[in-house]
Amino acid sequence: MATEGEAIQTNTRGFNQGRYEAVAGLDEYESVKADARAIKEDAIERLPELIDQLRSTVEDNGGTLYLADDAADANQYVRTVVGAETEKTVVKSKSMTSEEIDVNEALEVDGHDVVETDLGEWVLQVAEEAPSHIVAPAIHKSRDAITELFEEVFEPTDPLETAEELTAFAREKLGERIREADVGMTGANFITADTGTIALVTSEGNARKTVAGTDTHIAVAGVEKIVPTTEDLRPFVELIGRSGTGQDITSYVSLLTPPVETPVIDDTDRETPLSEIDNDREFHVVLIDNGRMAMREDDDLRETLYCIRCSACSNVCANFQEVGGHAFGGETYSGGIATGWEAGIEGLDVAGGFNDLCTGCSRCVDACPVNIDIPWINTVVRDRVNRDQEVNVDVLVDGLTPDAEDESPPLQKRFFGNFEAVARLGSALAPFSNWLAEQTVSRQLLHRLLGIDPRRDLPTFHRRTLVDRFQGRETPVDTPRRRAVLYPDLYTNHVQIDRGTAAVRVLEALGVDVVVPSVPSSGRAPLSQGMITTARSHAERVSDTLAPYIADGRDVVVIEPSDLAMFEREYERLLDPDAHERLATNSYEIMEYVFGLLANGADSTSLRDGEGTDIAYHSHCQQRTLDLEAHTVAVLEQCGFDVLTSDVECCGMAGSFGYKSEYFDVSIAVGNELRDQFSAPSARDRTVVASGTSCLEQLDSLLERRPSHPIELLVD
Amino acid sequence: MSTEQQLFTESLASVGVETRRVPPAAVAEAIAELLIGETVAVTLDHDDVSLPDTVTIDPTPSELHAAQTGITPAAFAIADYGSVVLPSTAAGSELVSLYVDHHIAIVDEQDIVADMEHAFDRFGRQLSETYGSAIVATGPSATADMGSLVTGAHGPSTVSVVVVEG
Repeated sequence: MATEGEAIQTNTRGFNQGRYEAVAGLDEYESVKADARAIKEDAIERLPELIDQLRSTVEDNGGTLYLADDAADANQYVRTVVGAETEKTVVKSKSMTSEEIDVNEALEVDGHDVVETDLGEWVLQVAEEAPSHIVAPAIHKSRDAITELFEEVFEPTDPLETAEELTAFAREKLGERIREADVGMTGANFITADTGTIALVTSEGNARKTVAGTDTHIAVAGVEKIVPTTEDLRPFVELIGRSGTGQDITSYVSLLTPPVETPVIDDTDRETPLSEIDNDREFHVVLIDNGRMAMREDDDLRETLYCIRCSACSNVCANFQEVGGHAFGGETYSGGIATGWEAGIEGLDVAGGFNDLCTGCSRCVDACPVNIDIPWINTVVRDRVNRDQEVNVDVLVDGLTPDAEDESPPLQKRFFGNFEAVARLGSALAPFSNWLAEQTVSRQLLHRLLGIDPRRDLPTFHRRTLVDRFQGRETPVDTPRRRAVLYPDLYTNHVQIDRGTAAVRVLEALGVDVVVPSVPSSGRAPLSQGMITTARSHAERVSDTLAPYIADGRDVVVIEPSDLAMFEREYERLLDPDAHERLATNSYEIMEYVFGLLANGADSTSLRDGEGTDIAYHSHCQQRTLDLEAHTVAVLEQCGFDVLTSDVECCGMAGSFGYKSEYFDVSIAVGNELRDQFSAPSARDRTVVASGTSCLEQLDSLLERRPSHPIELLVD
Repeated sequence: MSTEQQLFTESLASVGVETRRVPPAAVAEAIAELLIGETVAVTLDHDDVSLPDTVTIDPTPSELHAAQTGITPAAFAIADYGSVVLPSTAAGSELVSLYVDHHIAIVDEQDIVADMEHAFDRFGRQLSETYGSAIVATGPSATADMGSLVTGAHGPSTVSVVVVEG
């Protein structure tokens, strides 16, 4: 898979780090996000009414509002406004919506010269490339690459080496174009229905010049950009720069209520003072549907319309950081939320082309300023893509992968989605299954049939599962402090039995009566393959199996963070509200539970004393989204360990993702960031622990040191 | 100095903007020290404040394009962001603040609001009454599109703010 090199990594990670710092400086960040979300929910709910209101506001102001059904309709209108009689210069400020409709090409048909004035967009126009990032379109281009491009195209007399020289050159070139321009075209970050005010969030000043320097202003925007009132802009103005590039606010937030009063000047005028020059301006707002009104009716895609295009979901995404928006994007949009946009605007075929790069790690959930559940949108689209595909299923392998889906997802997805069946078979046939899996011919078969990369080690199944080990066993705890079910997740039960055993021992040492009953797997595996029906069936069976234990007063303790995240987050969409609430409120991550026991008087001296042992700890992506990283660190420190934590967003393994041949290289490249952190002088001699199964597998393949789960540190 | 004024000065410094706080009678002198090259300005709607004699008030387009410094009033300022709110007027305030390399904004001390919430209370009232336009400007024009952060992309590369006491 094509990756875009260092520039995109450095820049997206820089933006992401900037976001963490900038939002930390915003008082009541969570409540500002909630305000923003509520405004968007309300606006999309009332959209037809707001469009009507905006239309009369714009017309009262002396402008025109055109509601375009699709790209062709929008372009036809813009062509009419610009006119075909004379060839004109149209200057543009950055607008993803104008990229979506390809308005430049439409205007060029009539002989007009269309000039992008945002420096990044201009670089791409000169290079004839598409944006690789929705906010910083030329993020993949290094300074050297831009120098090379400009020298080749413009043959400048003075050398262009520094960023200052390149910027001055572009400013000069584009300044001339803006001075001779006839029409200014902008996008709109927001439009208020009450006053017809367009908010443009920029830093260069080109959007200001695009409007102030021309006598015809065309603003193109998706219908979803309307908010009810001017006051509603406030949370967005506070959030958009912080969430995107990590700036508290961008240099300019233009609040334009066209037609703007600024005089329309002729540069050569040496006579007339500005205050005596007319300010007659034409103004057109072109609102674009292009699939959005249908998205509004779609319960799963609707949230996409709340997106304010800040790019936080791109910057936070470990895979995006690696591959950039050309690979992780569709016709126009890129990053996690692009799946929703491209599915709604272009269709499933385009969205399906990059959707599998979302691993569901959920780091974008916290980063999104309007709290969009981006992983869920990706899951739903994957499910729809699966159902859309015709697949020839091998009968033998089909028997291995029974599932409840109406239509068949591709074989590879069925295999990973039904990993519970694989694990059961693996344990039943162990050690023969492990021997078989190691054979070259088997690996070649797995590679050919299922796209499982031969460079990955396969899990070793235990014939005697964790459940088998603790079945029928009486608790050694006489007067229990708490009573709990240890949830035997698929991996702990069949593969990583040691961490399950360690968990039981720790809990019992702290006075907990523990049982390890047989419980179905959570459905994380099928969900990650977009097999929602199968995942829902798992959720219902897990809920039914655990309900009697919860009713009996037992807590549910979970080792695997991705399964706890299922119970807390995704089950909300898979179960009825009461069942979800019951399981979510009674479930705890193992170290969170230990933290709670110690905080409530359990004796930490009954656990192993760390005696200052140096630990390097990698938390799990979904665990961090649930704000549960700190509990592990606190427990380890209380037990006398010295803990250093990683700060990468994801290990890159992400369940089945790293096993798939087509993503192996991306997975390893993402993991290298974690490897580098844990190989640095401050970490290279530390014992490595990680919370997630996938993280442990990835670390095992990246480091010489063998990693373990933190719970295993607490027993001798 | 008020709390807002103090915060405003600090916020401006953090976005690379120099501030002068002076009584009305000293504005001309303070501005004179900040001028770079040919200077243009829009007429200040402020009886007690005057501009240095060298400044071209209400310039022609050709004078505007020849100028390096532009002086305009700000409608108000937002203390915790270090932002000045520049109205787009028929007198060409937007042009004078934008087509120059150095922008000097003049704001009355009493027009400094604490935060964005107060700013939008004010925008909401003003825009629904006047249907006007304004730019919330914070620091100089900037871009990171050419490989590293550069100030002075299409707009001013430096900004100064003169706060008029009162």
